[in-house]
Amino acid sequence: MSHPSAAISGGKNRRAANDPLWLQSLLISLSLGFVGLMLVLPLSIVFIEAFRDGIGAYLKSFDDSAAWEAIKLTVISSAIAIPLNLTFGLAAAWAIAKFDFKGKSLLITLIDLPFAVSPVISGLIYVLLFGLQGWLGPWLAAHNIRIIFAVPGIVLATIFVTFPFIARELIPLMQQQGSDEEQAALSLGAGGWQTFWRVTLPNIKWGLLYGVILCNARAMGEFGAVSVVSGHIRGKTNTVPLHVEILYNEYNVVAAFAMASLLALLGLVTLAAKTYLEWKVQQELQSSLEPSSAEA
Amino acid sequence: MSIDVRNVTKTFGSYTALSNVNLQVKDGELVALLGPSGSGKTTLLRIIAGLEIPDDNPDSSILFHGEDVARRQVGERQVGFVFQHYALFKHMSVFENIAFGLRVRPRHLRPSNDVIADKVNRLLKLIQLENLGKRFPAQLSGGQRQRVALARALAIEPRVLLLDEPFGALDAKVRQGLRNWLRRLHDELHVTSILVTHDQEEALEVADRVVVMNNARIEQVGTPSEVFHNPASEFVMDFLGNVNVFRGRIENGFAELGHFSLKVPHLPKSEAQDANVYIRPHELEIELQANGTPSLPATVARINPAGSYAKIALAASDGRELQVDLPFERFSELNLHLGDHVFVSPKKVRVFVPEYVI
Amino acid sequence: MSLASSLSAGERTSVSRWLWFNRIRFKQHSVLPGFGLTMGFTLLYLGLIVLLPLSAMFLRAAGLTPAKFWEIISAPRVVASYKLTFGASLAAALVNSVFGFIVAWSLVRYRFPGRKILDALIDLPFALPTAVSGIALCAIYAKTGWIGQYLHPLGIKAAFSPLGITIALTFIGLPFVVRTLQPAIEELDGETEEAAASLGASRWQTFLRVIVPSLLPPLLTGFAMAFARALGEYGSVVFIAGNQPMKTEITSLLIITKLEQYDYAGATALAIVMLLASFVLLLAINVLQWWTGRAYHKQ
Repeated sequence: MSHPSAAISGGKNRRAANDPLWLQSLLISLSLGFVGLMLVLPLSIVFIEAFRDGIGAYLKSFDDSAAWEAIKLTVISSAIAIPLNLTFGLAAAWAIAKFDFKGKSLLITLIDLPFAVSPVISGLIYVLLFGLQGWLGPWLAAHNIRIIFAVPGIVLATIFVTFPFIARELIPLMQQQGSDEEQAALSLGAGGWQTFWRVTLPNIKWGLLYGVILCNARAMGEFGAVSVVSGHIRGKTNTVPLHVEILYNEYNVVAAFAMASLLALLGLVTLAAKTYLEWKVQQELQSSLEPSSAEA
Repeated sequence: MSIDVRNVTKTFGSYTALSNVNLQVKDGELVALLGPSGSGKTTLLRIIAGLEIPDDNPDSSILFHGEDVARRQVGERQVGFVFQHYALFKHMSVFENIAFGLRVRPRHLRPSNDVIADKVNRLLKLIQLENLGKRFPAQLSGGQRQRVALARALAIEPRVLLLDEPFGALDAKVRQGLRNWLRRLHDELHVTSILVTHDQEEALEVADRVVVMNNARIEQVGTPSEVFHNPASEFVMDFLGNVNVFRGRIENGFAELGHFSLKVPHLPKSEAQDANVYIRPHELEIELQANGTPSLPATVARINPAGSYAKIALAASDGRELQVDLPFERFSELNLHLGDHVFVSPKKVRVFVPEYVI
Repeated sequence: MSLASSLSAGERTSVSRWLWFNRIRFKQHSVLPGFGLTMGFTLLYLGLIVLLPLSAMFLRAAGLTPAKFWEIISAPRVVASYKLTFGASLAAALVNSVFGFIVAWSLVRYRFPGRKILDALIDLPFALPTAVSGIALCAIYAKTGWIGQYLHPLGIKAAFSPLGITIALTFIGLPFVVRTLQPAIEELDGETEEAAASLGASRWQTFLRVIVPSLLPPLLTGFAMAFARALGEYGSVVFIAGNQPMKTEITSLLIITKLEQYDYAGATALAIVMLLASFVLLLAINVLQWWTGRAYHKQ
């Protein structure tokens, strides 16, 4: 995972390459070929297959109420997960970056946990907790609360797989920025919240946005974890990725790729935003590193 | 406003930054905390500000005008703190940076926008950056940023101004200019100020009193003249200005320094002791002939005549290198050249014996 | 406060001294506010979202006797899935290491049209949902697919075979090696290469003796990360795999199958095995990163 806040380019190697021309051509062609084959081709296929039978067929895929329900559910779970994860990310980054305490690395490892865990397991643990045969299953059934195979389960699984993104982006960023400005604000009489709103937030806004974009992309696109907890009930507990799966398995190829094209579009927008924001964050960090010392 | 620091100790884990420090600063004074890195000067400054908390000790206190502020938060102490790396708010204009302390006051104490604008503009004029209010810190030079940081601290009308190596990151010429400007500003405003620096020239030029610190302790407090001409310890003498050091023994009222001995009648005539004798370069004389006063034969090794003093490096007959500063007329009088054999004698010495100082 | 005021001055002194010596040094006192609030919320969130569900899993696993546990995780079908998952992930990570190196090198060292776009595209597997890449890859490599149609006459079965799984896992792991190598290659001091050249080394010798040793740690880290990701992958693989038990069934799919059959115990046991493998790899990655940090003496 590229980390704009961790990669401050030293620019040391922006000099002319000293490799022979034939080698350069070979390596460049191999690179282009590899990436073209592995990345560009699959991406293009999505759109090609979606529009294979023309625009009419493409648009007809969205004539389906189940499709719209899926879109709605995807957007809702994202809309719930992101603010919660945002709050978490800010809180965790503040605690970790501005203070010194024992167990910090353990905490950071815990935050990184979802990245190390297979999406299927991410869904499994919620089934084991809330499912009918799970820990809290009987209690939930008695109170007629459905979490697994219902929307809350999907939201929970989504939160699990996406909460690290914002925190992981903010923690190194805030660590690198230090707490001088906050201390200055406090010395000038500002309270804790005032300091946070007026001084800390403006400084991290690009990194924050970056984290939110990544969080959103993953939330909307999550498949494995959501698949486990959702129950695949058409029109009720299907997100867009799950709906794509259903359509594909029914050999409804055009419709499947049409839905997939929405996600692919989201992916491209995410990539573009990501690249732009990475550049912005690098700019921020450059300016906070070197005070100039020219004339008085 | 006077400041009284009593019995302050600060440790970071196993590292002691300050060891039972006591200091009084008079109302309206400009005091410099001077010392090498690790001496504890910045820690002391930050403790006064409230940015660090001293180790828990019922005897320790920090009094502002007689009032113990040790329990008060930094924002409640009304200190203006100027950070070493400025800590300007990157995303606010110069104007907003300076206005910040006024804008965050609680509703009932907050001045109106007009009043704020008036104050900020007056401060901008004071720091000579009237037309740069709309610029952002990234667009300013180091010296300009430093002045903005100062104005920002002054905007809240602090009772005490604390500056942490304010000119450390700047070029020499800029430093010199800002130093003079700061002194003039202080003379105008009369705010009690404490300045942390490792640059002795700065401390001696700017401050009313200098606090020399070393290794978590205060070595000496005094006017620039006092600490320079009457250093209380070897460290202070060595740290301020250049010195020639002679190691020898004191016996029967004489300091035996190898090749020559000095009469030191003010020393008790006890058993022989090891001692260090410190002589400043300008307290050594050069004679072309031996003339009865205790002197050391030496050869002229290097001459640096560029400056208000001629700086002569000599190789003494016992192998050591000596530094002598001669007034220019004297230098011309002697007409020294490389390789000349001369005699070096002391005009004034300070003797430091391990246990106590004479 | 009231206790303090009811003591005499002398008593207060000794009490505070005692308290001072005996307090637990958890956190360095800091001037910034908000530690309690933010730390509390963080721990609460982590507890509810991560620790609680995880403990539900371990509790379930604890309900299994060691013998039963072993029986589940060593069943033939399960072992077949291990071999497949492990083998395909390894192969994919190796392919990504080789090509990832080439791509990273070209991106950092060379200038060519489209370089910036290529650089941005590398992150596509992160941005694209796994289901989308799953069906896309399936469409490409199936018998009638864009590439599959050419491979089929040659007797190469890309879809519904271990090959297809490996291809999908290569897609997924591509960014890892490239992104860990890029900053490392950028950090390479061009001057040491020039020094080697001035001392008479050929380009190849310089590459082998000067460049490769410093790039080995990040390469290994990228490899381990791609490998770890591939082990747990589900969405991209499940379409192209074919999912035949004993042949093309990956472990994560097996877990889902057991869940659908309400074999919670079986699913849990397998999950634990996978978690163990992930943690071992995570440890290896952390060690590698520590080693890299030492090797580079970053400021």
